[in-house]
Amino acid sequence: MDSTIEIMMILLLLSDMALLGLSRLRTCISIVSFQGMLLGLLALVTQLGSLTPRLIMIAAASFIIKGFVFPILLRRGIREAGTQHEIEPFVGYITSVIAGLAMLGVSLWLGTKLPLFAAGSGTSLIVPAALTTLFTGLFLIIARKNALNQCLGYIIMENGIYTFGIVSVVEIPLLVELGILLDVFVAVFVMGIAIYHINREFDHLDSDRLNVLKG
Amino acid sequence: MSLVLIALAIIIIGGLLALAVCKNGSLSTLLGAASTVVGCIIALIPVLQTIYYGDTTIIRLAWNMPYGSFFLKLDPLSAFFLLPIFVLSGLAAIYGREYMMAYRDKKWLGLSWFFFNLLLVSMAFVCLAHNTVLFLISWEVMALSSFFLVAFEYEKEAVRKASWIYMVASYLGTAFLLPMFLIFGSEAGSLDFDGFVQGLSSGEANICFILALVGFGTKAGIMPFHVWLPVAHPAAPSPVSAIMSGVMIKTGIYGLVRTLTFLGMPPLWWGYLLLAIGIISGVLGVLFALAQHDLKRLLAYHSVENIGIILIGLGVGMIGWSSGMPIVAALGFAGALLHVINHALFKGLLFLGAGSVFHGAHNLELDHLGGLIKKMPSTGLFFLIGSVAISGLPPLNGFVSEFVIYIASFSGAMSLNPSSSLSMIGAIAGLALIGGLAAACFTKAFGIVFLGEPRSKDAENARESSPWMTLPMMILAVACIFIGLLGAAVIQVIPPVIGVVLGNPYTGEIRIASNYLFSVTAGSAVFIIFLMAISGLRSFLLSRRSVGSSGTWDCGYAAPDARMQYTASSFAQPIIDLFQFFLRTKKNITMPDSYFLGAARFETHTTDIGRKGIYNPIFKAIGSFFGRMKVVQEGRIHIYVLYVVVTLLILLFWNMR
Repeated sequence: MDSTIEIMMILLLLSDMALLGLSRLRTCISIVSFQGMLLGLLALVTQLGSLTPRLIMIAAASFIIKGFVFPILLRRGIREAGTQHEIEPFVGYITSVIAGLAMLGVSLWLGTKLPLFAAGSGTSLIVPAALTTLFTGLFLIIARKNALNQCLGYIIMENGIYTFGIVSVVEIPLLVELGILLDVFVAVFVMGIAIYHINREFDHLDSDRLNVLKG
Repeated sequence: MSLVLIALAIIIIGGLLALAVCKNGSLSTLLGAASTVVGCIIALIPVLQTIYYGDTTIIRLAWNMPYGSFFLKLDPLSAFFLLPIFVLSGLAAIYGREYMMAYRDKKWLGLSWFFFNLLLVSMAFVCLAHNTVLFLISWEVMALSSFFLVAFEYEKEAVRKASWIYMVASYLGTAFLLPMFLIFGSEAGSLDFDGFVQGLSSGEANICFILALVGFGTKAGIMPFHVWLPVAHPAAPSPVSAIMSGVMIKTGIYGLVRTLTFLGMPPLWWGYLLLAIGIISGVLGVLFALAQHDLKRLLAYHSVENIGIILIGLGVGMIGWSSGMPIVAALGFAGALLHVINHALFKGLLFLGAGSVFHGAHNLELDHLGGLIKKMPSTGLFFLIGSVAISGLPPLNGFVSEFVIYIASFSGAMSLNPSSSLSMIGAIAGLALIGGLAAACFTKAFGIVFLGEPRSKDAENARESSPWMTLPMMILAVACIFIGLLGAAVIQVIPPVIGVVLGNPYTGEIRIASNYLFSVTAGSAVFIIFLMAISGLRSFLLSRRSVGSSGTWDCGYAAPDARMQYTASSFAQPIIDLFQFFLRTKKNITMPDSYFLGAARFETHTTDIGRKGIYNPIFKAIGSFFGRMKVVQEGRIHIYVLYVVVTLLILLFWNMR
């Protein structure tokens, strides 16, 4: 079981790196959707011994929303905006991947420092992977201009939190989990609308131009 | 105690009802004023009982508030400050019934009555609260409700500005109170006042004292934290100015005195500091009052002056306390506390008088008024009584309290070590200077407004206010005379009050002062008899002659008119020139340039020294600092997220370290 989790974590890390290095928005959305499905499965795999209907429900909800609903919404956003690529990011793609590796290093160091799961689970990669995913999300929000990429960054960040939560607390309170999901759902929804309006007002999706609105 | 709560409940219910019918001016005025009057009368019973018997009652209810408890305590000190609050508010409500009706068509009076009643209740709670949370909540409600009352005529730009200045000053003051209470609370382990008993180290006590002085001093209006007074008081409607100036600023003094009870024996320098601030506030307050052209602004500066006198009393008392001189300590505090009540009475009277002038003549510019005593005889008489009282002249009440402070200072000057006795001499000189200047200032105010000939159409068409407005003034005037004549008896209520602060009622020392005051009463009686004899003689002499009236001799000029009278500025000019160093009055003169009549103008303008010299530079510096900080406000979402991430990472690493 541990090795399965380990493999999933590696996949998660690889998808993070891919997200940092790719410019095609459509591919990025697919990768995020893949991450969502991966995490839905992760919830089941970690609790394989004690599956409850509730757990299955949460996993299924997360699987469907992150794996299918968000991507559909985002793809529609792309279609409406007519953007395919992030043109000029603040930080270039190669640099981004290098930064991602640095974040991985920091996360590995933090994972040894955090006294969370000293006993029990031998899955040493979970905490670093969760932190790296979280940092990747934040990095995308900071380093990309396109509003859609920022939206993706937000979802990725939530994925990191989710991974963290799934292993740190054996039984995640249902309400908390649903709350987070709802949060992201609303955020994507709002971002979708915002993207549409930014695009209509400015003819592009570059959120750095929003500073013309500042007083 | 339960009677006080019942009374406050009546007042607040009256306020809510007035709010409910706020569009109906007469009905809401009736509800607001009637509930206030009834509530004040009911509340006065337990207050007077507490002062008379010197007992303490508490109410403590469970309250679902972190660190808070609904802990009220009515001890002689609270009762002593509640007394003027209820007396003056009740009278101001009666007065306001008529005064506010003038705005019936323009404003929703129900709103104002709601805030008026709320202000009264919150002031009472400030004096009663014995828990920090409850106290601070009442303190803020008091500031807010009075803010809305100051902003009554919000359509005027000057009023909006005044109310904002007041609001900012209030919050700045509270910002100093919070850390003070936190220091007390962390030492005591509880935020109830009972727990705050004198366990502080001397360093902490010094910090707390300074914080209390700034925080409560801002509300009280000591220099240099007085900037809000001269703008907020003229902006508010007169009954509200009377309450704010008469009693609300005294909650600052209450807070300061109450804090002293937590701090225990003061070091000597606290007394020196209070004394110095008192002398500065007193002298500068009265000087700036002299330079004013607006009647209500002049009165507002006199509030600064009187707060100065109160602080002089407190300072003298504290010097006596720390140097172990019971008579200086007892009489200093006694004089200061008596002056709290006296100032409430005569300042309330004067603001109501100014309101009556405004109601009758629709103008408060000194140089537009004149000759009002013929049109408004009762207002004029009561204003005169108030003026004599505030100038500290016998046989009125202002003299009684200042005299008690004088006794304290003289006893201190004669028996203390040289440095302390020097400060006592400073107090005496300060008080004398303040008294003299105040007399000059009110000679100017009364003379220009009420004597001579009307200087404008407004003054010519003035008419006397109705008894709703003159009756409260009469009651206050009678109270001023009553305390002035019976000072020897009135001071007997002080021992339990200073007992709360000093831990010892000092009955013997108060009796000494009482004996002095008795001779004052005797002297006053002789003076009054003499006055009556002289006026009798005058009417006797005049009764056999024919009396006519004619114009003043005008050096042969054939067409004198009312504008040639002495003006307020010309009356005050010699004194203002003398103190030009502090006042920095700007003059704008255009002299006639030929031997024949030509255009000429003269204008004076006095800017507040605290505002110009201290606040404006500070706020300008803060403004430019934050202007430079705008660089941080990039306007890009990415950068903001970056700030958040960097902060979180730094915190994380800090914790991992």
